[in-house]
Amino acid sequence: MSEERGSSAQTEEDEDLFVSAMESPEAARLSAEDLSPSSNGPRDDDPDDLFAEATEEVSLDSPERQPILSDGPSPAITPVSISPRVDVFDRSPDLDEEEEENRDTFDIQISVSDPEKVGDGMNAFMVYKVTTKTSLSIFSRDEVCVKRRFSDFLGLHSKLASKYMHMGFIVPPAPEKSIVGMTKVKVGKEDLSSVEFVEKRRSALERYLLRTVKHPALLKDPDVLQFLESSELPRAVSTQALSGAGILRMVNKAADAVNKMTIKMNESDAWFEEKQQQFENLDVQLRKLHVSVESLVCHRKELSVNTALFAKSAAMLGNSEDHTALSRALSQLAEVEEKIEQLHQEQANADFYLISELLGDYVRLITAVRGVFDQRMKTWGKWQDAQLMLQRKREAEAKLQYASKPEKLQQARDEIREWEGKVQHGERDFEQISRNIRREVGQFEKERVKDFRVVIMKYLESLVHSQQQLIKYWEAFLPEAKAIA
Amino acid sequence: MTSISEDSDKEKVRSVSVDLNNDASLVIDIPDALCEREVKFTVHTKTTLSSFQNPDFSVPRQHEDFIWLHDTIVETEEYAGLIIPPAPPKPDFEGPREKMHKLGEGESSMTKEEYAKMKQELEAEYLAVFKKTVQVHEVFLQRLSSHPMFRKDRNFQIFLEYDQDLTVRRKNAKEMFGGFFKNMVKTADEVLISGVKEVDEFFEQEKNFLLDYSSKIKDATAKAEKMTRSHKNVADDYNHISGALNNTAADNNTAFKKHLEKCAEVFEKLRKVEDRVASDQELKLTELLRYYTRDIQAAKDLLYRRARALADYENSNKALDKARLKGKDIAQAEENQKQCLQKFDKLSESGKKELTSFKARRVVAFRKNLIEMTELEIKHAKNSVSLLQGSIEILNSN
Repeated sequence: MSEERGSSAQTEEDEDLFVSAMESPEAARLSAEDLSPSSNGPRDDDPDDLFAEATEEVSLDSPERQPILSDGPSPAITPVSISPRVDVFDRSPDLDEEEEENRDTFDIQISVSDPEKVGDGMNAFMVYKVTTKTSLSIFSRDEVCVKRRFSDFLGLHSKLASKYMHMGFIVPPAPEKSIVGMTKVKVGKEDLSSVEFVEKRRSALERYLLRTVKHPALLKDPDVLQFLESSELPRAVSTQALSGAGILRMVNKAADAVNKMTIKMNESDAWFEEKQQQFENLDVQLRKLHVSVESLVCHRKELSVNTALFAKSAAMLGNSEDHTALSRALSQLAEVEEKIEQLHQEQANADFYLISELLGDYVRLITAVRGVFDQRMKTWGKWQDAQLMLQRKREAEAKLQYASKPEKLQQARDEIREWEGKVQHGERDFEQISRNIRREVGQFEKERVKDFRVVIMKYLESLVHSQQQLIKYWEAFLPEAKAIA
Repeated sequence: MTSISEDSDKEKVRSVSVDLNNDASLVIDIPDALCEREVKFTVHTKTTLSSFQNPDFSVPRQHEDFIWLHDTIVETEEYAGLIIPPAPPKPDFEGPREKMHKLGEGESSMTKEEYAKMKQELEAEYLAVFKKTVQVHEVFLQRLSSHPMFRKDRNFQIFLEYDQDLTVRRKNAKEMFGGFFKNMVKTADEVLISGVKEVDEFFEQEKNFLLDYSSKIKDATAKAEKMTRSHKNVADDYNHISGALNNTAADNNTAFKKHLEKCAEVFEKLRKVEDRVASDQELKLTELLRYYTRDIQAAKDLLYRRARALADYENSNKALDKARLKGKDIAQAEENQKQCLQKFDKLSESGKKELTSFKARRVVAFRKNLIEMTELEIKHAKNSVSLLQGSIEILNSN
């Protein structure tokens, strides 16, 4: 369980990693082809996480304005960017553009696969294989495999959020916890719903990582690199609700809610006001759309089940039919319907994995975006507070001028200087976060449009495929129907 | 005239039973129907028979009139050896009515477009139920008109021709026949299954076949209904998705806006296709199964009546033996026995004919409907493919 890195990590990895067949490049992206749930057993988080899930139900409806901020140590492989404030993000516009270009042509593929149950009963948990293939130089190798569990992903997100959100960076949210899903899996039920749950989670984890590394700053973050490359990770314990961090989180959430009500920001920049409204609207619309798509998935699954039931019934009817030719035709009708049932099932999967999950991801992303706007407001608030404080200090100094207490006067002047610095700092932070948000939002919108276009295309093609199969099946049946004599 | 290749878009719907109007001497159809509180069917008759007063005429009839006609035919002793065409089920507008109610309630919370769309759907659903019920009432009459014995029935003629309200007649009939029919149905299964000794191989086979087939076809009907309902639900979902996409498009920046609007259009078109698939499946498959479930029951009823007659005959034999032993009322008992035997033989003879032609009719109907359903499925799927591919092209070029 040691946190070794560097060369020793190398040998460890050689010993316990699979160097087996890697997935095809397509698998790294959101693959519609990967429709069948990848096999076995129940997955788990550790028992402590189960408690956490019991008290902190995370759902789409509870806007996670305050992400789980990690306060554990952030072990950095290269000590360079421990304080990201100044270094990484205070760059000239030129560099930003270079970053944007890199986003489009970046060469990294990540896949999450091979879920494996470790342990038994309520203490069991699920482990996933994370494979990274890349030619980027910041990685130590061009192909790495590590094993991670769900809480590791949560831990990563927690660290990233605490480092970057207050800078105005849109940190992709981690997949949600799920009490029901996990318990079923822990209990060891190898039924269809746990298999589906595992696949759903695997896919979500993959999309999460891909989105995270798409962000050029996050890609270079040492925590991300460590997550992808290091064979051992310290257990993320502060993701639990009942830990000290968890309590702190809840207190912060409450404080923030109060703050939101009391901070009345004078918005001088129309762009921000517009964008905020836009994202509020988009939030509502996407949620509605998501609900409709979820309904479609549900009904298509029902259609599949009902078609199967009909197929069986038609087969029995065919058996009972005493006219030979009609009997044969009915049996063949039953076979066609069985094939169609399979089609419906596949289409339901496409409905789900292509559209429904994407919409769900975006609803959560939009929440993160709105969180970033809130951060800007907080930053503004801090700046205003600093200005107020400075004013008070100045007033205090003015009073002391006539009190002939030279030490106190000096102290007052020192404090004034201190607060002048803080005001400057506050203003700079505010301008910085505003700049960052503009850039982030611009990028987000581009990505969003691209994502949707790609997914819609894939989805329509899946529908075409279904319909073409239908034509095939029915055209094969037609002569059978005509042969009834 | 068989109506095989007419497009389902046209007024005249296809019948699940075929070759029913191939005798020009008596042609019946229901060209029209009104739905107020009750459905009023316009029954139109064209005939060359002299027993009718006019060669071409129409009368308005309600569903209860059809039931009256059916019941009087069932009660007619003369027809005991025939398969009586099953009565048409009551028109069921519950679905559309519920939707209309929902529409009225939700009007304030919907946009104009949503409301208009829902109204359109509602009208389509209404029309579908309408078509179904007209079809099934029409087929009932056509079964009667194409049968050599039923077409001559006096009450049938009255039904077709009498230009006044049939309500009075209906009331009288109910008082006369009220209990008898119900009783028969109740004990029917017992009579049949109790296995009155069957002499005739043909009827033994038919009995076994019908008992088994009837439960299978009932099950298949139920499963087909569920399948059709699921199709309709999927179509509904496409509708909502299309609406949601339009709403999202309204707020978006221009380039993507067009994209989203196009997608909304695609889903709207898909919905229409899916709706048609569902309703065609219902008409061709589910209705077919429903109809033959009822027809199989009518065939079973024939067997019940015959089995009853056989039981009566056996009882009359026993009575005759007893009379002979006692030396009393022998002539009476002999007469009774002779009559029972006659009745039984008549039932057996006509029963055999009826059951044989029933099988032929069933096979032909299944063939016709399965072919039509398959052709429609292919047509709809091809439509879907071309609309989807067209949309993909447009979206790609953007």
